[in-house]
Order: sequence, then structure tokens, then C-alpha cells
Amino acid sequence: MKRSNEPVFWSLFGAGGVLSALLGPILIFITGIIAPVGLWLPQEAIGYPRMLAIAQSWCGKVTIFVVISLFLWHAVHRIYHSLHDLGIRAGAGAAAVCYGFALVATLATAGLLLIIGF
Amino acid sequence: MSDGTRTIEIETLRYRPEQDTEPHYQTFSVPFADDWSVLQGLQYIKDDLDSSLSFRWSCRMAICGSCGFMINGQPRLGCQTFLRNYYPNKVRVGPLEHFPIERDLVVGIEDFIGKLEGIKPYIVPKESRTLAQGEYLQTPAQRDQYEQFSSCINCLLCYAACPQYGLNPEFTGPAVLALLHRYNADSRDQGWEARKEVVNAEEGVWGCMLVGYCSEVCPKGVDPAHAINQNKVNSTLDYFGVKKFLLPKGAAE
Amino acid sequence: MSARKPYVRPMDGWWRRNPFFLRYMVRESSAVLLAIYAVILLTGVFRLSQGEAAYAAWFAALTCPFSILFHWVALLTVCYHAYTWWKVMPKTMPMLVIGGRRISEVALSGIGWAATLAMSVAVYALARWA
Repeated sequence: MKRSNEPVFWSLFGAGGVLSALLGPILIFITGIIAPVGLWLPQEAIGYPRMLAIAQSWCGKVTIFVVISLFLWHAVHRIYHSLHDLGIRAGAGAAAVCYGFALVATLATAGLLLIIGF
Repeated sequence: MSDGTRTIEIETLRYRPEQDTEPHYQTFSVPFADDWSVLQGLQYIKDDLDSSLSFRWSCRMAICGSCGFMINGQPRLGCQTFLRNYYPNKVRVGPLEHFPIERDLVVGIEDFIGKLEGIKPYIVPKESRTLAQGEYLQTPAQRDQYEQFSSCINCLLCYAACPQYGLNPEFTGPAVLALLHRYNADSRDQGWEARKEVVNAEEGVWGCMLVGYCSEVCPKGVDPAHAINQNKVNSTLDYFGVKKFLLPKGAAE
Repeated sequence: MSARKPYVRPMDGWWRRNPFFLRYMVRESSAVLLAIYAVILLTGVFRLSQGEAAYAAWFAALTCPFSILFHWVALLTVCYHAYTWWKVMPKTMPMLVIGGRRISEVALSGIGWAATLAMSVAVYALARWA
């Protein structure tokens, strides 16, 4: 039997799964629900000056990069395998689209964070 | 009968390959006593109503693994499922899902048997051993590492439960992978090396999506989902060449 | 001449036939909303790189009712992901025995659920007071 290459994608899926299980709920709550309306948190909490300062720091860059990248590696792995569950014949083409999307987003995030500078 | 015997409707799948193009359901009225299992209901149908009804059974006590059926859409042992729990509603009995139907409630299990034979389901010793060396010694703690996985009765409820097996019959499947882990985790066995080809394959542990229904339906508490998913970690460690972290430690030697 | 004619049943709609499978599909579908959220964040980083006006436009979009609704649905879905993630996490771990007693799966899941709660409090505190 041929050895599967799943371990690569499963590792990324697992890391993203842990991160999104720990941080997903609170990040969605803050950035998508309470900060935009200024409830329990001032709108400035995710305002331009503050987010720029975070994105310009090494710590902030790493956090932003890891969150966006791993959330997507986790999501595309699940989405790809769900295609099979839904009876859609998902071969190498579908895998390339799914994992390719995560790769492009990962590179884009890194690039943007570098452009934002220090 | 005036002894208070109740009657329940058992709707069972019928399929006779010599005359049917497709399966269909047939309903029987079955008088039953309070302690009757679904298996006893089927036996009443065969003995008294329609002797052509075909189904597998043997021990009547949940140890032989023969009487697996879909009962109201759930994989269950007929001898361990009781008519009183469905009364007054109808009980729908079907053959185990994800297997080809041979006749009525009998499914073809050759695929499973072949896979069982393919994982070296026996102790592969670490080193050769003479009779003079005596028996293996094993502590209770070492035994605990594999005991629950040795409880499998090959009833195939987990295969009927597993949608990944249904979607892809190439998948090795829950019971066989649990048995594979049973041997890997046994301190007497050489562990990883003998069976890693099966584990690391797409059809091995990587066919599992952790739906988890297999462990839910297992009548013996084998927990095949645990056996398989532990080995995803082992397979990953093996893939990246860090085998010394394989667990359980007894298996990695 | 064999009289055998095995009948293979189709898998169409398999996940609609059992509540267990339905919950599995809901769990898996959480990935879609998580992916969309990650793209929203990525868009935010992009706007951040374009300057204050661009970022203000991204922020303004977050305040619209459709966005708030999306994030509520995403929140519920990702909470279900977090709950189920920790619930199944012990299946990937070997049997743990400490002091002769087996650590139960629920105990391990409990650690995970507690970690999510703790991280949520910590991140909120950072957002509010740091």
C-alpha cells in the first residue's frame, strides 16, 4: 500500500483546529460583534492606530500571521474532505484549489505584514 | 391469548436474488413477551410466519457477533435490542449498511475477512524465542494498554456505522484497525514495524474522518475511533522520521 | 452457476438519515464560516497596509447589520467547533494512566474547554485594558 501524504495536511489541520478552538470564539466576538458597535469594548480597541501598532510589532505580526494562516489551513482541509462526504468526486484538482488557497493566503498575509513594516 | 401478550409490527427488508431486482420491506405482526429481543422476534417470524426469512445468528448473548442488523436505522445486535423498547411503534429491521445484501438480512462480508487477514492479526515477536525461555511476562499495566481493543467480536456494527467505509470500501475500517492497534500495543509484539504499511496508507488510518459513530455503536466498548486516531499521531511521527516518540512506548521498542 | 446477486445500496443522502451524522456534518461545515472569517481578517490586514482611510472603510463594513448577523452565526458555529474539537481530542491521545488510574476522556476534554474559556477571558482583557 502506498504511504499517504496526509500527515502534512493533518498536522496543519490539527494546529489550526487547536488555535481556532482556543481563539476562534473570542476573536469573532470581539472583531465582529462587540467592537464594531462599541459594546463592552470601545470601537478604538480595533481601531487603526492600535491595529497598526500591533501589526508593526514582531509579536503582533506573528500572532496575526499564525491566526489567519492556521485558521485557513484547518478550514480548507475540512472543506476538501467534506466534498467527499457530499458525494463530490474531489481529486487532485480540488485539493490543489483548496490547499492552494490556504497557501496563497499564507503568502499574502506574510507579504502584507512586511509591507506594513515596523 | 388472554395472558396479556402484546403484538408488535416488525418490518423487515426482503431480498431474494433469484426473483427480486430490488429489496423491499415486508411487515409481520409478532406477539412477544416482555423479555423478547429483536432476534427472538425474527426467529418467531421464521418459525411461525415465513420460513424463508434469512438472517445470521448464533449465541443469543452478544458474544458471537453474528446478529448485527440496522434496527430503526441504527446498527445494533438483534440479541441485545429489545422489542419492548419500541412498542407500540413499528420496528424496522434491515441488513447492516455499507455491505452488499446477499439475501434478506444477510450481507456479504468477504471484504472484511480479507482485510482482517491483511494486518497480521497475531503476535509478531520482537525477537525469536525458544520454549526453554519460558512464557512471556506481562504486567497488568501492560495488559491494560491493549485489553479493550482485544474485545472485538467482529460483529461489523462499526462498519455499518462508518460513512467513510460506505463512501469508500477501500478503507480498512474500524474493527480491523482496532485489532491492528491491539497487536501493536501488546508488549509481546514488536509493535510498529510489522504493520506500519497498512497504518500509513490512505486506506489505513487516513481514511478516517473521526465521525466517531463506530465507537458509539460498538457493543463491546472497543472504541475503534480511539485506536485509529492515536495512530494518526504515530503515523505523523513516523512520516517526519521521529519514530522514537511513538506511543504506547511498549510498542515502539 | 451461482444464484448470488449482491445488492449494493446507494450512499446518497446518508448524512440526513441519522442525527449523529447530521451533527457531524454541522461540525464539518463550521470550516466554511471559519474560512470566511479568516478572509475577513486578511482583508483587514490588507486595508491596514493601505492606510487609515482604507482601514476605516473595512471597519465601517463590520458595523453593517449583515456583517453583525454573519459574525453571530459564525460565533455559534465556531463555538460548536471548539466544543466538538475538545470532545474528540482525547481520541488522538494514548491511554493516560497516572498513579494507577486511567484519566477519563471527559477530564481531558474538560481541560480543553477550560483552556478556551481562559484564553477568551485573557484576550478580552488584553483588548479592553492593554
